[in-house]
Amino acid sequence: MRFTALIFSAALLVPLSAMADEDSVPPVTDPLTKKECGACHMAYQPAFLPAASWREIMATLDDHFGEDASLDPETRGQIESYLAANAGRGRARRASPPLRITNLKWFTSEHRDHEVTWLWKNRNVKTMADCAACHRGAGRGYFEDD
Amino acid sequence: MRSLLILPAVIALLATVDAEAGARQALLDGFATQAKAADSGFAGFSASRGENLFRTSFAGGKPDTPACTVCHTPSPLKQGETRAGKPIEPMALSASPDRYGDPKKVAKWFRRNCKSVLGRECTAPEKGDFITFMTGQ
Repeated sequence: MRFTALIFSAALLVPLSAMADEDSVPPVTDPLTKKECGACHMAYQPAFLPAASWREIMATLDDHFGEDASLDPETRGQIESYLAANAGRGRARRASPPLRITNLKWFTSEHRDHEVTWLWKNRNVKTMADCAACHRGAGRGYFEDD
Repeated sequence: MRSLLILPAVIALLATVDAEAGARQALLDGFATQAKAADSGFAGFSASRGENLFRTSFAGGKPDTPACTVCHTPSPLKQGETRAGKPIEPMALSASPDRYGDPKKVAKWFRRNCKSVLGRECTAPEKGDFITFMTGQ
């Protein structure tokens, strides 16, 4: 299962740096990114998406998955630079970069089995965006199977 | 000896609380000035209009967030939750004493959330009413 997921990742969108150790990614180190992104959701580690994705996300903050998450231009620019500099090295095949981590092939294949579905219901997890609901070390970059 | 060590911390804390109270008042004064400039008949902020703004469901905003209460819960004293599962500290000043003390933070969240909920920026009277309601809770 894990192996299949790895192949998927390698073939499609590869957070390569994320896969150095398959269950962990380098944590967010920029305080501004932690503070601003982390005000509404876990500050997702930059390695989860390629730079093109982060640029698109930071350019469309006024409609950020259904909410206005706009920032002043200076803050926006600083966060974008950090995310792009630490982005995953994968290339999206499509012309438009992927915007939702939860739609990436490796993500859906890692989260589709029985156990995950059961846990999700049982713990009353509202959204797949809330990594820490199941992965308690998510904020620190650890996504081992809790 | 211990009280001597604690004293500077207490003074620092009181100074912070005082500075925030000052910043809050300055913020309200600023909204009042803007409100008067737009309407010479402006007669002050109203907590009940603020409560109404907090509780009303609007049709002009983004579909997932028709009202403040969707994320903040109907009780200003309770912790809310973002759509992505993060806790939001209560909106009432009595429950979150550092609320409304940072003008940049206040401007950022009014801008974002008024657009998400109402589909437009809030007016100065609306902002003043809202803060007046929350500081009285």
